[in-house]
Order: sequence, then C-alpha cells, then structure tokens
Amino acid sequence: MATGLNMQPFLSGDSAEQLKLLRDQTGVQPFVDKLGENGLYPLRCNGISVLQVNLGKVCNMACKHCHVDAGPDRKESMSLEIVERCLQVLDGANIPVLDITGGAPELNPHLPLLIKEAVKMKRRVMVRTNLTVLEQDQNYHLVEYYAAHGVEVVASLPYYRESNTDRQRGRGAFIASLRVLRRLNSLGYGGEQGGLLLNLVYNPGGAFLPPAQQAIEAEFRRELQSRQGITFNQLLTITNVPVGRFLNFLWHSGNLENYLQRLAAVFNPAAAPRAMCRGMISVGWDGTLYDCDFNQMLGLACRNGQAGHPAHISSFNLEFLQQREVLLDNHCYACTAGSGSSCGGATADSCRTKK
Amino acid sequence: MGDYYKSDDLDKFATMGEEAPELWEKFMQYYGAVFAEGALSAREKALMALAVAHALQCPYCIDAYTRESLEKGADREQMTEAVHVAAAIRGGAALVHGVQMKNMINKLGF
Ligand code: SF4
Ligand code: SF4
Repeated sequence: MATGLNMQPFLSGDSAEQLKLLRDQTGVQPFVDKLGENGLYPLRCNGISVLQVNLGKVCNMACKHCHVDAGPDRKESMSLEIVERCLQVLDGANIPVLDITGGAPELNPHLPLLIKEAVKMKRRVMVRTNLTVLEQDQNYHLVEYYAAHGVEVVASLPYYRESNTDRQRGRGAFIASLRVLRRLNSLGYGGEQGGLLLNLVYNPGGAFLPPAQQAIEAEFRRELQSRQGITFNQLLTITNVPVGRFLNFLWHSGNLENYLQRLAAVFNPAAAPRAMCRGMISVGWDGTLYDCDFNQMLGLACRNGQAGHPAHISSFNLEFLQQREVLLDNHCYACTAGSGSSCGGATADSCRTKK
Repeated sequence: MGDYYKSDDLDKFATMGEEAPELWEKFMQYYGAVFAEGALSAREKALMALAVAHALQCPYCIDAYTRESLEKGADREQMTEAVHVAAAIRGGAALVHGVQMKNMINKLGF
C-alpha cells in the first residue's frame, strides 16, 4: 500500500537502481514466480519476425510516461556503422519487419537511409513518431518521405482532447500533433483499406491501466473525426511500463507498490505467451541486443550464446537468439495485465476484475 | 469513530461474503452484469457510478470509480462534469423540497 510521497533521490537513468526498486516492492510477488505458478516459466523466444531498432534517446519532448527517459538533453544516438549492421542483419537473417523507435527517430540523421534500404529489401517498415517532431523545420519533409516509401506510421496521441494530452506531453503537443495528423491524412495516411497505414497509440495519463482497446478506439474515432476531421486506421492501447521516467514518477508519487500490485492482480496467463519479446529482438543505440525496449532501458542485455558476453548486432547469432530465454523481471507485469500490452497494442482478451 | 474509511478496507470488501457466500455470489454476479458493456458503454456506466458515489458520499466508491473511470478511458473533464451532475441533482433535490416548505408556510401562515 502506498504510504505517501517518496522524497529520496532516485536516478531513473541508472538501470541497476531501477531494477533494485522494482525488486524491492515486498508486497509484489516476483514476476518469475507468478509465471512459474502458471506453468509459463521460462519464457522463450519463438522466432524473430521483428527487428526493433532504437535510434537513440534524443527527443524534442520529455513525456511523463516515457520509459526511455528521452529528452532534448540526451546525447545517445545510433551511429551510421550500427545502422549499417542493422541493415545487414535485416537482410541476412531475413527478418520481415523493421520497427524503428527512439527517442524521436527523426532526430537521428541516418533514419532516411535506414528506411530507404529496408524498403529496397521489401521489408515492412514502421516508424514510431511523437508527431510534434515533424513540425520542426529540419524534419518537416519526412512526412512526405514516409509516404513515398510506404512507411507505416505509429503515432503517439495519449488522448483525443487537448488538456489530457498536454498534461502528459507538454503544452502545445496536442495542437501540433493534430496539424501533423492532418498532413498525414492529406498524403493518404489513415484512410480506406489498402492506403498508407496510420495507427495511433494511447497511453494512460498516470498510474492506471488502459481501457479496452476497442472501446477507446471507437471514442477516438468518433471524437477525432467529428471535432477535428482526422482519420486513422487503428488505435493501439499500451500499458505504461514501470521503467525510466514513469518509474521515477511512480516512486516519487508513492504509487509504485500499488501500481505493481494492480498489474499483478489482473495478471492474465493468456497474455504471457503473447508477450512481444517472444517474436522480436531489440537493438539499442550502441548495437547491444535486448529482448525488448523495456529490458533495454533496464540494461538487461541478451547473452551471446549460453554464458557469453552481452549480445551485439555486429555478431548476430540468429540460431541462438531466436530460441533464447527471455530475461524477465517485475516490470514484465505490464505486458501481462488485463488485455496484455505490447508495441502492437493489446494482445489478449481481458480478464479484469472489478473494484 | 476514528476507524471509519481506511483505504486498506476497500481490499477487504470480499470478506462480506464470509458469512453469507451465496448472497455475496449473487450480488457479485449482478454487480458484474450491471457494469458490463450494454446499451450503455462501460465508460458511461463508470461515470454514472462516479456521480452516484459522490451523491452518496461513499469514500470507497469515490476511490474505486475514480480509478475505474480513468481505466475506462474517461478524462478529468468528463469526470468533473459527472460530479457536477451529482451536485446539480442533489442541489436541485434540496431546492425542489423548498416547494414543500412553501406549502407548509402557506398552510401555517396568514
Ligand atoms: S515518450 Fe516518446 S515522445 Fe515522449 S519523451 Fe519518450 S521518446 Fe520522446
Ligand atoms: S517487458 Fe519485455 S521481456 Fe518483459 S514480458 Fe514485456 S516484452 Fe517480454
């Protein structure tokens, strides 16, 4: 039970400290025990169909729910050499989907090259964008670039109204996002079937679970269409993962134990086998490989072989990695709560309890 | 009286089934059915429950349905409007009883 505000300093950038905090919550059953109880431990990768590349932690925004702890002051950004390694792996390991994330991927100068080369290989390419970065002069043209290359756009929009969105992402974020969404619509994004794909992402504005994906999607569709004239393809609901800046918020607001208990109370065994780590590999800005973007921020790197060094994109061992055991910890409760959660939205039917 | 309304007590709600499991079971089934998606959406029902919780001034229900409204996708504006609905009906109910007061005055007075 939360006991109030925690004033002790906590550095959300320190991954060891983050892990310690997640493990120290005595009222929370360790996630691996929960999986064991349900006959689901260990969790293994089941083939790699997505290469998720995190181009860095630099971002024009500093959202409250950010697990990356990204922001304008960050310096970590993927080099051309690592980008080229990613392309070699995409080609050599025949991975069908390239999922580009950050920070704001648009703030990495090698993004256009990564897209162009992956499209040449006929890969499905998606970019996770915060939208507002596409208003900046130097990135304005990227909207047309995405359209010309058939890139799927996955755009964060925490809510269909201004005050909620701006509380999470900063003042002016909502209006700026709408302007970019209108440009995307005018280029053929988010329209009829067969057109360019524009999916929106909903994140809860605090320490609570997301609503049922279908229900909130209908709300977004109605509100954005009728009030703003904006259309999109799908709304993905993502549970806030207790990592990075969001973990910092949970800790300082006295919500951490309560939030983890809440996630654990609605543990859905059907969501565990559908966790996205089972079908992907995530590349950090320096080329280190992880099970997912969250493990990346916690410094939980994949091993290169049974007892080897942290795995790196420059020595990509497909055979081992595609059946690796996933590294799990208490943050994983976010992927298995209620309807489940992944970068592709909800993963399972809900089994949420009342009150 | 100081022992009333502790947050932890909400988690003990189910202990009300200990001495009357069948009644509890029936209540919970009914409760679950009431809040399921129906002619009204689950979000609309959560907002109604939030308004009723304020009208009843039940701290447990206010906590539970604040969270529930958020988790059904409602935002602060919608939730605040719901509480104003409760306030308007409570206020209106007080005022409309003024008619009874007037009837009585008219009966008793010159
Ligand atoms: S959530 Fe996305 S847009 Fe917001 S700070 Fe993090 S990386 Fe940037
Ligand atoms: S947080 Fe990462 S490792 Fe844990 S279950 Fe989710 S996707 Fe898998």
